[in-house]
Amino acid sequence: MSLAGWIRLIIIAGSVLALEVACRTGAVPVLTMIPPSEMASSLWKLLISGRVNGDIVFSLTNVISTILLSVLGGFVIGAALHAVPRLRHALDPLLSAYYAVPIFVFYPLLIVMMGIGPPSLITMGAMFGVVAMIINTLIGLDRVPAAMMKTSAVMQLGPLRSLLFVRIPAASLHLVAGAKLAIAYSIIGIVAGEFILATAGVGKRIAFAYNDFDNQMMYGLLLLLLTFTITVNLALSHLENRLRKRWGQ
Amino acid sequence: MNSRRFDMLLLAAAFLLFWAIAARLAGPDALSTPVATLTRAVSLLTAISFWDDVAATGHTMLWACLIVLAGGLTAGLLVGSSRLATQVVEPMLGPLYSIPKITLYPVILLIFGLTPSATISFAAIHGIFPVMIFTINGIRQVPPIYERSARVMKLNRFQMIRSILIPAALPEIVAGLRVGFSTTLLGAIIAELFASTAGMGFLLIRATEAHDVIDIMAITAILFAFAITANSLLMRLERHVRHG
Repeated sequence: MSLAGWIRLIIIAGSVLALEVACRTGAVPVLTMIPPSEMASSLWKLLISGRVNGDIVFSLTNVISTILLSVLGGFVIGAALHAVPRLRHALDPLLSAYYAVPIFVFYPLLIVMMGIGPPSLITMGAMFGVVAMIINTLIGLDRVPAAMMKTSAVMQLGPLRSLLFVRIPAASLHLVAGAKLAIAYSIIGIVAGEFILATAGVGKRIAFAYNDFDNQMMYGLLLLLLTFTITVNLALSHLENRLRKRWGQ
Repeated sequence: MNSRRFDMLLLAAAFLLFWAIAARLAGPDALSTPVATLTRAVSLLTAISFWDDVAATGHTMLWACLIVLAGGLTAGLLVGSSRLATQVVEPMLGPLYSIPKITLYPVILLIFGLTPSATISFAAIHGIFPVMIFTINGIRQVPPIYERSARVMKLNRFQMIRSILIPAALPEIVAGLRVGFSTTLLGAIIAELFASTAGMGFLLIRATEAHDVIDIMAITAILFAFAITANSLLMRLERHVRHG
């Protein structure tokens, strides 16, 4: 491991250890936070007891549906916009200002239209994630080298084969970067929606545990959620780095 | 009028038409019409009590942005100006940015209680990472020759940051501040939606609980207009900095 890697490891381990000591000595009151080791053990107990399985399945189903919608939908919309430059240029200001709008302000409206439940949650998450994928698909397709497009024309590939065998592989770096953002935003969208107003889910459980002063449950689930999102993010970054090496960037 | 502007107007008109038809079909219990929404938005904007909530959100935004500006820039400049620090810190920023920060709000509430400090710190957490990430990236793009000249002129680290790195990375830094402003606003609204006693997000969630469709849509429209206006002003500043 590199020097930077070691320092990073020491910083992370040191912070966890400092938190543990602060909680154990009472510097951080137990009503505010429980020690990290206790978070891990309460998560373990929660998982074994199966008390939160229903909520985990609920959140995971919503997250997976949202990810599919944002990543696949974003790619299809991005590719379609790329094919119709006039529409794309008209939509450009909307795309570039999209994330300036706090998208969650639309959640109440979605609840009114679809009721509290998976449809409004998934729409919320997809609204948050899809545009990152659209933008990155456009960037990726823009940067496919002209020589590759010429080669595909010389080989007389049709539009579909040219997309599958030339453009998608050539744009894969940007597509993965877009998917990474879209996936992170989808998870954030679902969890935040569950948190604000929902019938079930890990986010709802955490909010509920907070209201109930159930710190064991709250911090256990918090740890679960952080571990999940960070693992997903690291895995996608790893894939991104491999592609970057492959494309020599 | 150029053709692009014409296309944009056409899209906006199509959107309004779609909205009007959808509202007619769905009925006032699910969607209010564009005219009704606008009328309510105007009457909200002229009511004094509404401005109390605007002031609450404004107060949160002001302090959160100050924290983001000072904290994000300082951290970004300190980390970005050292190669080792960049190598250590940067891989942690992506995963940190990707976590659903909303789950940390209860922790902040347990620390601060249901006070403005809780909303402010939660909003600031949202803004600080983008500002750091953009600042570090901006410094990375500074041509190495600038740094070599700084070394030749025997500038110390503070002088180098002030007279070389900040001016050279300014366009990226301003872009980071624009994104940071948007994410801070997102944080402020989420915090108010979840737990608060005043603010635009508070009004929105109260209207949701009362199933007051026209209020929900009017407040959403006002927030939307505010966010877009603020973003385009910051974008103008960014363009000005980029092109001098």
